[in-house]
Amino acid sequence: MKSVSIIGAGPAGIEAAATLAKQGYTVAVFEKSSSPLKNIADKAFLFPNFASAADIVELMNKKLLNQNITMHNDTEIVDMKREGQGWKIVDSKGSSFYSDYVVMATGYTPFDAHRKEELGYGIYGGVVTSLEMEKMIRYNQIVNSLGEKPKRIVFLQCVGSRDEKSGNHYCSKVCCVTAVKQAIEIKRQLPDVEAYVFYMDLRMWGQHFEELYRQSQQEYGVRYVRGRISEASGTFDGRVQIKAEDTLMGLPLKMTTDLLVLMVGMEASEGTRCLAKACGICGDYGFAQSVDPHLGDCLTDQQNLFICGACKRPMSINDAVNDGRSAAIAIMQNE
Amino acid sequence: MEKRFWNEYQKEIADDHYFYERSCIRQTFFPGSEAAFLRILRDELGKDICDNPHQHTCTGIGYHSDVVPFETTMTVVARLFSLMTECGYENYVPSCVTSFGVFSEVLEKWENDPKLLEQARQYLWEATKREFRIPKNIVHPSDIIYKFRFDLKPKMKYQLVNRFTGKPLRVVEHIGCHYAKIFPERGIGKAEFPYVLAGMIEAWGGEVIDYPERRHCCGFGFRQYLVQENRGYSIANTKKKFQSMEPYEPDFILTNCPGCSMFLDKWQYTIAEMEHKTYDKQGCGIPVLTYEELTGLLLGYDPWKLGFQLHQVQSEPLFNKIGIAYNPDEKYKGVSGRLLPRPAQPECLKVEQ
Repeated sequence: MKSVSIIGAGPAGIEAAATLAKQGYTVAVFEKSSSPLKNIADKAFLFPNFASAADIVELMNKKLLNQNITMHNDTEIVDMKREGQGWKIVDSKGSSFYSDYVVMATGYTPFDAHRKEELGYGIYGGVVTSLEMEKMIRYNQIVNSLGEKPKRIVFLQCVGSRDEKSGNHYCSKVCCVTAVKQAIEIKRQLPDVEAYVFYMDLRMWGQHFEELYRQSQQEYGVRYVRGRISEASGTFDGRVQIKAEDTLMGLPLKMTTDLLVLMVGMEASEGTRCLAKACGICGDYGFAQSVDPHLGDCLTDQQNLFICGACKRPMSINDAVNDGRSAAIAIMQNE
Repeated sequence: MEKRFWNEYQKEIADDHYFYERSCIRQTFFPGSEAAFLRILRDELGKDICDNPHQHTCTGIGYHSDVVPFETTMTVVARLFSLMTECGYENYVPSCVTSFGVFSEVLEKWENDPKLLEQARQYLWEATKREFRIPKNIVHPSDIIYKFRFDLKPKMKYQLVNRFTGKPLRVVEHIGCHYAKIFPERGIGKAEFPYVLAGMIEAWGGEVIDYPERRHCCGFGFRQYLVQENRGYSIANTKKKFQSMEPYEPDFILTNCPGCSMFLDKWQYTIAEMEHKTYDKQGCGIPVLTYEELTGLLLGYDPWKLGFQLHQVQSEPLFNKIGIAYNPDEKYKGVSGRLLPRPAQPECLKVEQ
């Protein structure tokens, strides 16, 4: 049976590996971190059904327990070249691995909120990212910069997405519903907290997302303000002052909050950028480019090289899983 | 402030041979500042700086009030550049932040639309038979003081330290909007966390206050002030800043813009008269200094020669905190040595005698 190298052990890479291994392929999975699913590991619950992220991680890790799969953790692939009909991939230590097929599932990296310096991330303790809020929720430690229970929490959408300043014009797709989910989770843990979500427009594209958005307002009293926050500043008492325009009211707005949660978008990971460049499949914004978004979304113009998951564009976990399976099927159809 | 990363961005600042352009309004409100700048550059730093007597307005205030069209502004800018060219200089240093913004804007437009540059050359030639070269380097004078802040430090007689407590003085820095908000890459530290004044304060022993309305306009805002009916907006802006900085108890405010210095200083009197409110504990107001005044003061220049007596908020409490030597009897002595009439004392904004 033919061999497949899968670069990246996120949801897409694992699903591709498990699907191929079940069909008898010899699969090697390369993960730069010390364990798979690094981007999910610290999440609390997943939208839209509040499934436990820990359970999903456990179930996906079980999928790797197949005798046809060899896991290479702490292995960062830095280069890849065509060799005969297959591919030779090289890790950062100089070791090389040959396989008939390669699946690139190198994923995304969260937008670095420091780049939006007007929002004060890294300067004011009350400004956190959505990833940090996810950890606070998971470990039941939602506190402000002084370690106290917050009275008000403000979410800001589209940080590093649809944004001229950061150079990312695209939508990161998952932030809208993640803020809705996190606001509900916060209200469940701290019912007295005031939760506000500042948005440009809310893109509730997935099944049950719209219902979740409505539930957040009707059952949990989450308030939504259409407008972007222009700046955040620290206050004398260690809180955060924000300025925005409420574009529905047509009025400027100033508010003080205990926590400002920046809903950071997705950018192509360093691995995605590096390998897409190495094998000539660079797309927009550093993501990997498929041959066709409709009928060949896992295919590339390089023979026996397939791509799946958030290395192509921002993608939710369930979409990434499906995409990993699609890439596996594309390999089978290639035989 | 937990972390400081605003000083990462720097820009090119010429080392020497500057062509200085004075401000239209600074001579009136802060009359010692520009002279102090020239003295600091020539006497303390040994630099060559040209102070040409034929200079004129940049049209900035008229331009931003929609009174002067852009074509006129760029032609006037072209004439100023022609003065620099004729004097044999390449590094242009406009004293005013508004001028700095106007020059930056004109250069940006010329770069992106060379036809406009040709138009400016043509207009200037037709009107004056003059020609010009585009400056190699345009910086604000505060950039130059910032660049040489560590060279000046050993020459200074005083530091920004409260001599009674031994603690650093707490300083609000206020940057003119047109310094970096229009073209962030032209300002040290860019627009969000400009470091040009903060760098001086820290280098000379003080502590910079970060307060919520740090980025907010001083209240000048051109149309807010120039249209008399809008002046309520102007003072409301300034009041917002003072309310925001009040809990931090700043020892003084440092600015790099003529309008900001003027409004932050003079509106304190107006607010005190309107609301019987000052934003310091003693009721004397918060002194507002230009960066040249501060530099001169720390170098040991006579405060009255720097023009401190013309401020609305008087600075003696600050002098006492630092330990600046001054002679109160000479405060209102004119250049001829004759004593000038003493100004009336406001009731609400006290003047320490």
